[in-house]
Amino acid sequence: MNDLTLKPDAAVQNGAVVKPVTVHRRTGNGNGLPRQLAISILRYNPQDAASVPHLQTYGIEEADGMTLFIALNEIREKQDASLQFDFVCRAGICGSCAMVVNGRPTLACRTLTKNLPAEITLAPLPFFELIGDLSVNTGKWMRGMSERVRGWLHLKDPNPDLSRIEERMDPDLAEKIYELDRCIECGCCVAACGTARMREDFVGAVALNRVARFRLDPRDRRTDADYYELIGDDDGIFGCMSLLGCHDVCPKDLPLGTQIAFLRRRMVRMGFR
Amino acid sequence: MKIVYTDVLVIGGGLAGLRLGIGARRRGHDVVILSLVPPKRSHSAAAQGGMQASLANMIKGQGDNEDLHFEDTVRGSDWGADQEVARMFVNTAPKAVRELAAWGVPWSRVRKGDREVIINGQKVTITERDEAHGLVAQRDFGGTKKWRACYVSDGTGHAMLQAMSDQAIGDAIPVHERVEAIALIHDAARCYGAIVRDLVTGALIAYLAKATAIASGGAGRLYRVTTNAVICEGIGSALALETGVATLGNMEAIQFHPTGIFPAGILVTEGCRGDGGLLKDVDGHRFMPDYEPEKKELASRDVVSRRMETHIVKGKGVKSRFGDHLWLDITLLGEKHIRHNLREVNEICHYFLGIDPVKDWIPVRPAQHYTMGGVRTGYTGESSTLKGLFAAGEAACWDIHGFNRLGGNSVAETVVAGMIVGEFISDFCDNSENDVDIPTRVVHDFLRREQMAIDGLLEGRGTEDGSAIKARMQEIMTSKVGIFRTGAELESAVAELQDLLRRSRSIGLKCKARGANPELVTGYRTQKMLKVALCVAYGALTRTESRGAHFREDFARRDDARWLKRTLASWKSEKDTLPSLAYETLDVGKMELPPGWRGYGAKDYVDHPDTAKRLAEVQAIRQRMADASRFEVQQALMPYRHLLPERLRGRNERIDEPLRSEAEIAA
Repeated sequence: MNDLTLKPDAAVQNGAVVKPVTVHRRTGNGNGLPRQLAISILRYNPQDAASVPHLQTYGIEEADGMTLFIALNEIREKQDASLQFDFVCRAGICGSCAMVVNGRPTLACRTLTKNLPAEITLAPLPFFELIGDLSVNTGKWMRGMSERVRGWLHLKDPNPDLSRIEERMDPDLAEKIYELDRCIECGCCVAACGTARMREDFVGAVALNRVARFRLDPRDRRTDADYYELIGDDDGIFGCMSLLGCHDVCPKDLPLGTQIAFLRRRMVRMGFR
Repeated sequence: MKIVYTDVLVIGGGLAGLRLGIGARRRGHDVVILSLVPPKRSHSAAAQGGMQASLANMIKGQGDNEDLHFEDTVRGSDWGADQEVARMFVNTAPKAVRELAAWGVPWSRVRKGDREVIINGQKVTITERDEAHGLVAQRDFGGTKKWRACYVSDGTGHAMLQAMSDQAIGDAIPVHERVEAIALIHDAARCYGAIVRDLVTGALIAYLAKATAIASGGAGRLYRVTTNAVICEGIGSALALETGVATLGNMEAIQFHPTGIFPAGILVTEGCRGDGGLLKDVDGHRFMPDYEPEKKELASRDVVSRRMETHIVKGKGVKSRFGDHLWLDITLLGEKHIRHNLREVNEICHYFLGIDPVKDWIPVRPAQHYTMGGVRTGYTGESSTLKGLFAAGEAACWDIHGFNRLGGNSVAETVVAGMIVGEFISDFCDNSENDVDIPTRVVHDFLRREQMAIDGLLEGRGTEDGSAIKARMQEIMTSKVGIFRTGAELESAVAELQDLLRRSRSIGLKCKARGANPELVTGYRTQKMLKVALCVAYGALTRTESRGAHFREDFARRDDARWLKRTLASWKSEKDTLPSLAYETLDVGKMELPPGWRGYGAKDYVDHPDTAKRLAEVQAIRQRMADASRFEVQQALMPYRHLLPERLRGRNERIDEPLRSEAEIAA
């Protein structure tokens, strides 16, 4: 627009003394007006025989502190009631809302629009079964993954005496296990995985991280021989090409690269036994 | 018609539902768990700070035991809790932590030796005992006498849910994801299961079960400003309510958490204050000691939230374009502590606020957080009025929280109730008298009724906008049924909610899809949520006293003489626009801890006429048994062990309380 009358930011206008946190800078066109965002969404409803995949663009006015959670809900409420997407916690901890934002898999709920250009493209995570629009069935896949790598603690003592003091664990080890336990099964690592693109049966970084986690845990009775049975092939640890897309996109910053490398060395050792 | 048969149908795949399901499965029953979302995405995962259990491993937890946990819980509840159930709970909580420790939860552990901590704003060095090294650690939380909250960094609920869900997968328990129970099947005396809608295909399916358990969590989304996940809409409670038979207890008891980040309402854990964080006002002044000299930032949540709002009303809030807020200062905890023990807080501040909590203060204001009320059950978890219907966790009013829940008692309740109710529901299913004998006609009638309701929304001539009605309800609840309540505001809230309920019967849809259809879901859920909202608002209007989180400016005192009772709401007819309220009296004469001052908050209250007598009795028993063990004294005051499932009756070992003999364990 050619209106060059610059309006001061509202917070400054009020003359209020604020800590930096309350100053939500407009990243728009510099005239102090909210940005107009154009959000293009890859739409397709497999349940509807008439539906064909297409990009649909919605215009929306940016608000302070707007996340994609807020933006998508506003679009659904005001513009298109049929739009499908998944949010649960909207706080970046449950892993429901992973999608491809401008080409990169990430959690939509904690993505602030102010950190994105005014033109935003959203697509569902690739690889997973599409439910509709931005909604994919990560839950079904993750359960299958868990069953496949037997992703639960195999107790040494199946009936611990609950009246007795718990078994001790080194505080540092507990923290290391938690570090790997922070995975929220959002699916970003699999969506960003080169191997998964070629091998649909690849277990993915999420599964390898699970194995690494149980391997670390002295409460689990399994040995490397057991884990080798689960992941010692090209659909498991040896399928990974070390492109490390998983590591780059993990919203929880899990050390996937080092865990996979370490696990591979251990499994190679098992393989040569 | 499609029918699925099972022994135990669990509605909800969070911690309570999973643990209950695992319990029933391990007792040999078929279990199906229904979940709106993949179970690891349940709201249980959002619990950050800790799980209360009196393990007494830390030096600041030394001397802790079930007695102190019990007293803290009852005081926290402002004497609204069922004291027998509270006793069952505190005895089982250590077992629950230890079970989860065995199942793989990476609980943060005690490290022996010196370490620097922040207590009351000061750096203090404390020394952990050698013999505690490697045991489960505890941190301080609000309203407790000892450090009792067991934790996994600040991802406690997440780590618990991982381990619990993993065990359920290991036990091959089917979880039907992306389905939603929309009605209970019952004949006004017995519950037989639920009508369930597939959220992807839209198909309706009848699930028939010997026992049905509601474990669907809270109702935070009745409010505009809430820490709760978007799935916490109180639908499980609504299903029970809509039977017309089951009752909801104490729905007016709604907790507001002091530290929702402003303005999004996302939770930052009480562990921030437990670990030494301070609340500050516009002048940077630490104001809580002015109001609560004893517990300061660590009074119970209801008290801290009220003090914060009062301070804002006094003009001490920080102005922003979204309204006023206060500060949470955790900078004094230091970078290492924040990056390791408060990592979720660190991430939330980074992503949602763009600040670094190591250097910056966090803008906070109280936000709706927890639903103390829910499906009223007896101590076994079974509905007091509808046979075969059980409830556990936040969806239940069991009732250990009364009018205010202590921080860390929620995840503790989920697992403990799952353990206990899982046993009782198994006993129920073992009993051949409880075999299901239900004509398919009844099932068919329910299926047809629900299909007609959905068809009515899809094809009817309604013109009301479901999401607009829902937004208005959330606004009314936040502005008029919030932290401070008055008769006039509640009256207007009830009237307007009634109007919204009437209008919700004429919701029309723009999207006519029979399969996945978020607008349709909003439509039928809003109809249900309004009923639950009316239970909250009408219950609050009727309760002319202040107790725990329910605070009436026009009736500011707790009134035990008139209100030492539990509200029971039922919905008699679909034509009604108000719940029917009844009251269940709490018997002072049986209380182990008779009503008194909580140790924080207001000091004036109206005594129950029987309180003095019971206090004298309790004192006499304590004096007479001065030489007896604490277990014997407790047994004399209020026997409860016989109520627990046999396998959970044992004592809890501690460093300072070793178990001596098999006989003692059995006792």
